[in-house]
Amino acid sequence: MQEPKGPIVQIRGLNKSYRRGGQQIPVLEDISFEIAEGEFLALMGPSGSGKTTLLNLIAGIDRANSGSVLVGGVEITSLSENELAHWRALNVGFIFQFYNLIPVLTALENVELPLLLTGLSKTERMEHARAVLELVGLSERMEHYPGQLSGGQQQRVAIARAVVTDPVILVADEPTGDLDRVSAQEVLSLMENLNRQLGKTIVMVTHDPRAASKAHMVRTLDKGILT
Amino acid sequence: MMGLMFALKIILKSAFRHKTRTLLTMGSVVIALVAFGLLRTVVNAWYAGVAASSATRLVTRNSISLTFPLPMAYKDKIRQVKGVTDVSWGSWFGGIYINEKNFFANFAVDPKSYLKLYPEYLIGPEQKAAFLNDRRGAVAGIKLARRFGWKVGDLVTLKGTVYPVDLDFVIRAIYRGKDKNTDESQFFFHWDYLNESVKKAAPERADEVGFFMEGISGPLLAPAISAQIDSMFKNSLAETLTETEKSFQLSFISMTEALLMVIQLVSFVIIAIIMAVAANTMAMTVRERMGEYAVLKTLGFGGFRIAGLIAGESMVIVMTGCILAIALTYPAAHAFRAQLGDYFPVFNINRRLFIFYAEASLLVGLVAAVFPAWKVIKTPIAEGLRRAG
Repeated sequence: MQEPKGPIVQIRGLNKSYRRGGQQIPVLEDISFEIAEGEFLALMGPSGSGKTTLLNLIAGIDRANSGSVLVGGVEITSLSENELAHWRALNVGFIFQFYNLIPVLTALENVELPLLLTGLSKTERMEHARAVLELVGLSERMEHYPGQLSGGQQQRVAIARAVVTDPVILVADEPTGDLDRVSAQEVLSLMENLNRQLGKTIVMVTHDPRAASKAHMVRTLDKGILT
Repeated sequence: MMGLMFALKIILKSAFRHKTRTLLTMGSVVIALVAFGLLRTVVNAWYAGVAASSATRLVTRNSISLTFPLPMAYKDKIRQVKGVTDVSWGSWFGGIYINEKNFFANFAVDPKSYLKLYPEYLIGPEQKAAFLNDRRGAVAGIKLARRFGWKVGDLVTLKGTVYPVDLDFVIRAIYRGKDKNTDESQFFFHWDYLNESVKKAAPERADEVGFFMEGISGPLLAPAISAQIDSMFKNSLAETLTETEKSFQLSFISMTEALLMVIQLVSFVIIAIIMAVAANTMAMTVRERMGEYAVLKTLGFGGFRIAGLIAGESMVIVMTGCILAIALTYPAAHAFRAQLGDYFPVFNINRRLFIFYAEASLLVGLVAAVFPAWKVIKTPIAEGLRRAG
């Protein structure tokens, strides 16, 4: 395990609410915390506690009502939609519960996808994508389509896609939620390796205590309040 | 910049993800464009006579109606009008060949002057001489001859409908059109032959013609010559109406103008329908893939790139339909001509139609993609991701 360094994520006074039927429903209330570089943080809490919303705000795919989110020294709440999209492309890797691979693309093409936004040449993109697929143990499955892969293999492709741009932070929303026990264990081991060996900062939302046990730190959200 | 080849790969693979739906949409585009093309060609066929008309030919008819005759004696007076170089005359015979189903246009004309005025009817010199020298001789257009299997020397009988006479003819010549707008399905014979027969069967209708055709020395003289001819016969028993050949043809078309308007309207409604079909396909596609687009947005793909993918997919479907429609228009027109060629003797596909196909398809492809693309761009990523998986 690498020693955590200075904060890579700094959150101050974060509030988020949704409007439903003319009513304002608070989801997150006055959240402030930091995540150190190289940290592996698990966010736990019951359904509807605001875990995914907090993850989305850190990843810059949702907007807060108020407060500050500083990631890698960038105040992302002040970025425009286009700036935010560009920032995400370079700084954030996403791992979803249902893998969310593009079904018409092969594993290799799915991993190549985020690299299209980096300005790399075709050859460079292929080299990077192949290397990362080898890293996640799928060198034999590069030309397979998602439909031809098991759930665990698809999630490993998704992890490869998340890390291929060498992002500042990896965010994972229930990465083992759709997997059997063995596959879940493989995926968690892989994430653990990414954190330990490559020093990737990981923020993971999970319900699963076994998954949370892999993290260095576990924070719990309940009714929009972080404990 | 997203790799163009990669984008193209995604677009092509996505377009055929739901093969049945894509093929049905393409089929709709093909059917609609071919139907549009045939309708536009029908409208053009209607105007074929106008397109083929000459600016240096006038037509004089009875001012009451075309069904009222003019005295043959007018011929000499018309010939004296300054600027008139040639005068010919003719009558609509309206004869029936075997039965009413075998309709075709048949006229009694003054052969020599008529063929001089209408050089677009191409006849070989031997056949022309044979026609001119045989009072019972007739000329048939090549399409008409093919339709009934006529050859030079064949005997043909037409039963009179306008005149109380049945006439026997010998096909002496078969003409071809000088260009594609020339009607090759007409039948001409000697006016003298008709007049002689009418003298016996209905003497009171003898020495009358349906119309005169005048060749003039220049198109700019047409208004003055027309006015002069008509003024000569003012206050007579058979007043005349002289107009350019084009106006004469247009006066026929004006009788069916409402129908033509409906056809034109329907042809554009068809384009609106394919727009709706394509837009519906793209709306369904985007609704199903909202999660995937949210993933792309999450990965950093901006609205412009995603709109490009949606528009590209729409264009692939519609433009493929357009290419198939271009390929199928000629066979469809051939089948149409085989069935309805009797009513549309000049039924030619205008190649400009294909430019319109491409323009219409481009418009349909883009319009069909606008709303779905806007919807994707406006949908928050978090909401889109909820639909993924």
